[in-house]
Amino acid sequence: MALLDVKEMTQYFGGLCAVSEFSVSLEPGQMVALIGPNGAGKTTVFNLISGFYKPTRGDILFKGESIKGLKPHQVTGRGIARTFQNIRLWFEMTVLDNIRIAQHHALGYGLWDCFLRTPRYMQSERAIEDHAMDVLTRLGLREVAHEYPKNLPYGVQRMVEIARALSIRPALLMLDEPAAGLNSSDVEGLIKLIGDIHKDFGLTVWMIEHQMDVVMTLCSWIKVIDFGATIAEGGPAAIQNSPEVIKAYLGDDTI
Amino acid sequence: MLQSFLQNILNALQWGSFYSLIALGYCLVYGVLLLINFAHGDIFMVGAYIAFFVSMVLLGKYGAMAGLPGWLVLTLAVPLTMILTAVVGVTLERIAYRPLRRKGVNRLYVVITALMCGLILENGNLALLGASRKSFPTLIPVQVYTFFGITVTNIKLMVIGVAFLSFLLLHFIVTRTKIGMAMRAISYDRFAVPLMGIPADTIIVFTFVLGSGFAGLAGLFFAMTYPVIDPYMGALIGWKAFIAAVVGGIGSIPGAFAGGFLLGFVEIMVVAFFPSTFRDLIAFSILLLILSIRPTGLFGVARRTKI
Amino acid sequence: MKRLTVPALLAAIFAVLLWATMTGVLNAYWQSVIMFMGVNVILATSLNIINGNMGEFSCGHAGFMAVGAYVSSLLSVALFAKSAVFGDPLLSPDLAVWLFPLVLLAGSLAASVVGLLVAIPSFKTRGDYLAIITIAASYIVKSTIENIGVIGGARGFMGMTGVMNAMNDTAKLPWILIWVFLGTVFSVCVIRRFIYSTFGKGVDAICQDEIAAEIMSVNTDRVKLVAFMVSCGLAGLAGGLFAHILGYVNPGTFTILKSTEIMVMVYLGGMGSLSGSVLAAILMTLLIEYLRDAFGFINTFLHYISVIPDSYEVTQVWKWVLIPLLLVLLMQFRPEGIMGRRELADVFPGLRKFYKFKG
Repeated sequence: MALLDVKEMTQYFGGLCAVSEFSVSLEPGQMVALIGPNGAGKTTVFNLISGFYKPTRGDILFKGESIKGLKPHQVTGRGIARTFQNIRLWFEMTVLDNIRIAQHHALGYGLWDCFLRTPRYMQSERAIEDHAMDVLTRLGLREVAHEYPKNLPYGVQRMVEIARALSIRPALLMLDEPAAGLNSSDVEGLIKLIGDIHKDFGLTVWMIEHQMDVVMTLCSWIKVIDFGATIAEGGPAAIQNSPEVIKAYLGDDTI
Repeated sequence: MLQSFLQNILNALQWGSFYSLIALGYCLVYGVLLLINFAHGDIFMVGAYIAFFVSMVLLGKYGAMAGLPGWLVLTLAVPLTMILTAVVGVTLERIAYRPLRRKGVNRLYVVITALMCGLILENGNLALLGASRKSFPTLIPVQVYTFFGITVTNIKLMVIGVAFLSFLLLHFIVTRTKIGMAMRAISYDRFAVPLMGIPADTIIVFTFVLGSGFAGLAGLFFAMTYPVIDPYMGALIGWKAFIAAVVGGIGSIPGAFAGGFLLGFVEIMVVAFFPSTFRDLIAFSILLLILSIRPTGLFGVARRTKI
Repeated sequence: MKRLTVPALLAAIFAVLLWATMTGVLNAYWQSVIMFMGVNVILATSLNIINGNMGEFSCGHAGFMAVGAYVSSLLSVALFAKSAVFGDPLLSPDLAVWLFPLVLLAGSLAASVVGLLVAIPSFKTRGDYLAIITIAASYIVKSTIENIGVIGGARGFMGMTGVMNAMNDTAKLPWILIWVFLGTVFSVCVIRRFIYSTFGKGVDAICQDEIAAEIMSVNTDRVKLVAFMVSCGLAGLAGGLFAHILGYVNPGTFTILKSTEIMVMVYLGGMGSLSGSVLAAILMTLLIEYLRDAFGFINTFLHYISVIPDSYEVTQVWKWVLIPLLLVLLMQFRPEGIMGRRELADVFPGLRKFYKFKG
């Protein structure tokens, strides 16, 4: 059974059709890419799936259940985590706290436990902290656990954001332009990191990316959209040679 | 029955005019700076006091000059009050808001500053002039006209007329003139506007001149209609005018104007059927309800967050 | 040792206060100053959850205080004292000592329910609009109280002195001081536990990036609801204590000026700093008390050097010019307040030796 099954998802903003009849089916363990020119509606697709917008039409099935209309935090609780195009960490609190807060879905206690510091509360807090440190260690971020993200270099901030998404223990990780703003040596590190994460955590990874070396190295399947509509899909080689894709990126050469 | 209904409508038009005039000021400043100028209600109060002193001086009550006839005093008091109140508003902008804007601090700090400036104006006035109420001099004799059992005074007609004219003027300035276009541009992107060669600070000062000037005008006419003024008169009516602006969809000039009249109608109708102490309760409850259901107000448009 | 330092210190302060009050070392005036300090600490720390940690701008805290004040006063008078409104007490006045905390609790629960008036709109509304809603809510509360004639309307409600006397009959102790002290310690402790938990840190996450919080599994609606209800509930507790210190309540006390006073404390202390709020509340209480005396002195002095006309008296009204002015200046020159977002233990790391610091 497909992990994520998006069926003819369509979204209008006023009269503008941002995403039109978008369908995709992701098998567990796949690594796929969503590419397209600027303004094609890629981030909107991610926003629709993560529950930030509710699609006008169509349905989204995750592990066989519809997640359409769920609130973002519920979607995340089901096992879909994502990162953002522009880094959205909580810059005024430590890296460790950033990870801890992302465990709200796994909070095993309520307000009263928190007032009374019940065993349940203590246990849950300890588990959360151990898990957070564990994720940070696995990504080699242990040293920065008590730093504030605002003081970290851009590349490390990106890593922290990925760590935060991973700490949710997702089945599906959606990366929105993970390589944006990174220099070429950082990009190489990123390619290795994503490959490792994919293997170690046994995830399905879906990314939006403009840098073709990232996409072509990592992804087995690529979907191309433009003006909200799918224009091509297939393996890396097929996409590279697709006349539709070349036209979308470079324009029509008949002019 | 019909008569009392029509009479109430007329009263509501007058009452709503004040709300509209003040709401327009809120709306202008918010539209340009996205700042709720919480001190605006108190600028209205200061306007009423300025009108009081201007009229007293012109009428020769302080002995500084020979008294002028009432109608002339009114004609002179309108521009003088507007200019002096505008000066107060601009001063506030210069000494309190602009330095904060320059520093690029959190918007919250500007809002707090605005609220505090309002309190300073209110209590400073109380401290300087005392809590005793002042009665506003009669500038033009009140004439009562009766049509089909409905009574109208000349002041009432004047107030309603002034409100409509002000609305048309402001609407014209904002939508049809170059400076209005610059005002709208600032509200879209305050940082890009100076790069396009538009002097943003000048435009902002102009906005405060307009907003405060019309608050002063409202203060003058309010004092003429209800000829008792006190330092706290601006607080409650300011809040309620703000409600009106929000209900109409803050940032939209027709919205503020319509919201003012709507609130006027609601309040007059509440008083017609309930004890008058319920008026504020119901006005504020309506605000709460509207904001909970439609956070952008009746005419407002939500800005989409981009992620 | 770490675990015991703070409780031991508090117990010592409590013992000294009790001793000083009973032996009369602390006169009635200073007793009341200390009690208002406690009430202000509760108010400032509870408002800090909203205005500091959540970064919202609530300016109607006094309204929730009013709810707590009225509900607990009405209850305590109805239960334990003879009054014109309720007649004979429903319970034996001997029980007052034991049930008083429950009365206060009822007041705070009522306040946190009224807090829903603000909490529910906060799901959709932020910033300036929410500020308006808080003001509207506090006006609604005040206006409602003024319209209920049975409990005194705009004239206010009294009779709480009877309750205090009933407690004194049971055991001769400065009861209200004890309750204020316990209430303050309770509030600060509850708030500390809340905001340092992973759950409570969600409030800071909402402040810094609400969209990220929602997408990173924080149920923002629930966190906001809880934060508002805790904050309003504690304001209600402060109101209950306040009413019993004075022995009467009056809706005119709970105006926007009262809310402003609390806001000044929060911003003076530093947004989001719990220890900052506590410090600022203590400082502000002393400052306000000092101003009370100072105005008489300033007035005499200014008349003596003939700066102001003889007919003009510098009075208490100036307090309400000075306090907002203080906040305006604070916003201009040090908007982060005394402590910024830091806590005492960040400023003086040596303190970490004495208490467990987790955050």
